[in-house]
Amino acid sequence: MSKTAVRPSALRAGAFAALVAASFMAAPSSVLAADPIKIGSVVSATGPASFLGDPEQKTLKLYVEALNKKGGLMGRPVELVLYDDGGDANKARTFATRLIEDDKVIAMVGGTTTGTTMAMIPVFEDAKVAFISLAGAIEIVEPVRAFVFKTPHTDKTACQKIFEDLKGRKLTKIGMISGTDGFGKSMRAQCLKVIGDYGISVLADESYGPSDADMTPQLNKIKNTAGVQALVNPGFGQGPAIVTRNYAQLGISVPLYQSHGVASKSFIDLAGAAAEGVRLPAPALLIADKLAGTDPQKAVVTEYKKSYESATGQPVSTFGGYAYDGIQILVSAIERAKSVEPQKIRDAVEATKNHVGTTGIYNMSAKDHLGLGTESFRMLEIRKGDWVPLAGVQN
Amino acid sequence: MSEFLQLVFSGLTVGAVYALVALGFTLVYNASDVINFAQGDFVMIGGMGTVFLAAAGFSLPLATLIAILAAVVVGLLLHRLAVEPARGASPVTLIMITIGASIFIKGVAQLVFDKQFHSLPPFSGADPISIGGASFLPQSLWVIGGTLAILIALWLFLEKTLLGKALLATAANRLAALLVGINVRVVLALAFAVSAAIGAVAGILVTPITLTRYDVGTLFALKGFAAAMVGGMGHPVGAVAGGLLIGLMEAFGAGYVSSTYKDAVAFVMILVVLFAMPQGLFGRRSLERV
Repeated sequence: MSKTAVRPSALRAGAFAALVAASFMAAPSSVLAADPIKIGSVVSATGPASFLGDPEQKTLKLYVEALNKKGGLMGRPVELVLYDDGGDANKARTFATRLIEDDKVIAMVGGTTTGTTMAMIPVFEDAKVAFISLAGAIEIVEPVRAFVFKTPHTDKTACQKIFEDLKGRKLTKIGMISGTDGFGKSMRAQCLKVIGDYGISVLADESYGPSDADMTPQLNKIKNTAGVQALVNPGFGQGPAIVTRNYAQLGISVPLYQSHGVASKSFIDLAGAAAEGVRLPAPALLIADKLAGTDPQKAVVTEYKKSYESATGQPVSTFGGYAYDGIQILVSAIERAKSVEPQKIRDAVEATKNHVGTTGIYNMSAKDHLGLGTESFRMLEIRKGDWVPLAGVQN
Repeated sequence: MSEFLQLVFSGLTVGAVYALVALGFTLVYNASDVINFAQGDFVMIGGMGTVFLAAAGFSLPLATLIAILAAVVVGLLLHRLAVEPARGASPVTLIMITIGASIFIKGVAQLVFDKQFHSLPPFSGADPISIGGASFLPQSLWVIGGTLAILIALWLFLEKTLLGKALLATAANRLAALLVGINVRVVLALAFAVSAAIGAVAGILVTPITLTRYDVGTLFALKGFAAAMVGGMGHPVGAVAGGLLIGLMEAFGAGYVSSTYKDAVAFVMILVVLFAMPQGLFGRRSLERV
């Protein structure tokens, strides 16, 4: 019994080792004599979160490759030790331990999902090695942990951005319809936490299941609630597209706000004509071509987009952008620290100031291990099937 | 009043799809005593197949036809390769086989198609129709009309054709059917093929409204199963009534009570029905059959 149970896992481990070995051999072996600087990464390149992890993995590899071509870091080559956890938090933790104990990496950029990140945090906290996470939830950096940082926006920032816009339009009474999936739930909670700061109140608070195909009953209820001035839909996946279609079907006249969870071209395709006039907060990367020449993020966003798309042949995604920002913050911290000592790297990451990334401009501090404000989101409106940045938002 | 109408339209549209899935369950259950949990995946194959064929340049009617045929082929393969070899196994084993087949179909669909959501253009425009303050999409009429058409076609097939009668005979008593010279194996394959075609049609009709992805089948299978149980497993009219009832209850639940419990409605209904009328709303006939 136990024998048969052991064998497949041993096989898998063997196959995995072979894969890892193969991926190293495939990496260009720049002839740099010095000892390599080892940076670790665990991402979910396969499995259910692969749409996040795959662009992250490609971005990290491309960046390190380019870095080594330019002569590496402090005259030493950089070695990326990358593992794929397949979206499994248990595996992520095992790989995290391996990064620390066997590979002896000096810092880590990875952790595709909130689940895998939370599982790995204790390993890096114990080992006192900096860990820059690529996952969304605010719990990763709140409360602040000494060695844990993250690069993606949080739902809270997106909520604040939406509420700022609402306030600017003098709309103070809203209806909310949220997905009951992890993303929708978390964003709804974050929105309700900060909503008071903007003097906005929720008159109708509805929800829908992640695979629901019809939201007209809920929307009808909101439509018939007196005094609702705007509709906010925290959600991810196909739900928001159906909400948008149903919103048009019912002829609801108040403005509709979607979240950054649908900031991709496929949302416009799925929602079709109904998406006209919908507003949503989105990172600058989404509208790289439309950024003004004076925009501080224009250069970095364009460069990342160009290098990623020419190397992979795939359209750039914000998820890969998180990895790009993460590794850049780390590399710049190592350069500033002029050391590969984990403690000094951590201090330098925390001291990151005015770092212009694809996601936003990072200003970290002892109290803020993310360092992004609402200026990192752009308020967009969908017009004629395309994103249009709203005036006054580009600062 | 307008709110009530709105909820009725919403419930009927969704319910019609549940009804079609439930019909597929009923057909296969009658002919073979198998509860085929891959039924929802035929819905997916119909929708996804049409989306991809249309994207590949086929005209919409041709794409629909090929997608339905593809679903029929998958249905026949499911019968031949998975259910037929396990003939005589216990119902639980057979159910597990169909669940396994469903997982397999989803896995293959991820590779053949992709993992993104897709949509089809509505068959006759996207401008909502407004009646008494409620508005619905023309596509809803297609869904409800399509369900009616399938129901009538199925009735004609079962009552007026020799093949259909053979299917009914097999459902009533397999041994007796065998004795009067009906090729039971062919009839069973036929049941799978017809239920696959019904599922595929449902998928095509509903994709412009609900969008589709490789894994939408699971939810359809669960709701369709609930509908079939509520209506009385094995009874076609019961399947349709159960489907519409669950669709309407979901809409009313979300509209009048709370959207938090929308998904629970279908499953609470199964419990209530099983407690109060263990044979389902229309289940008397299957009791007599035993």
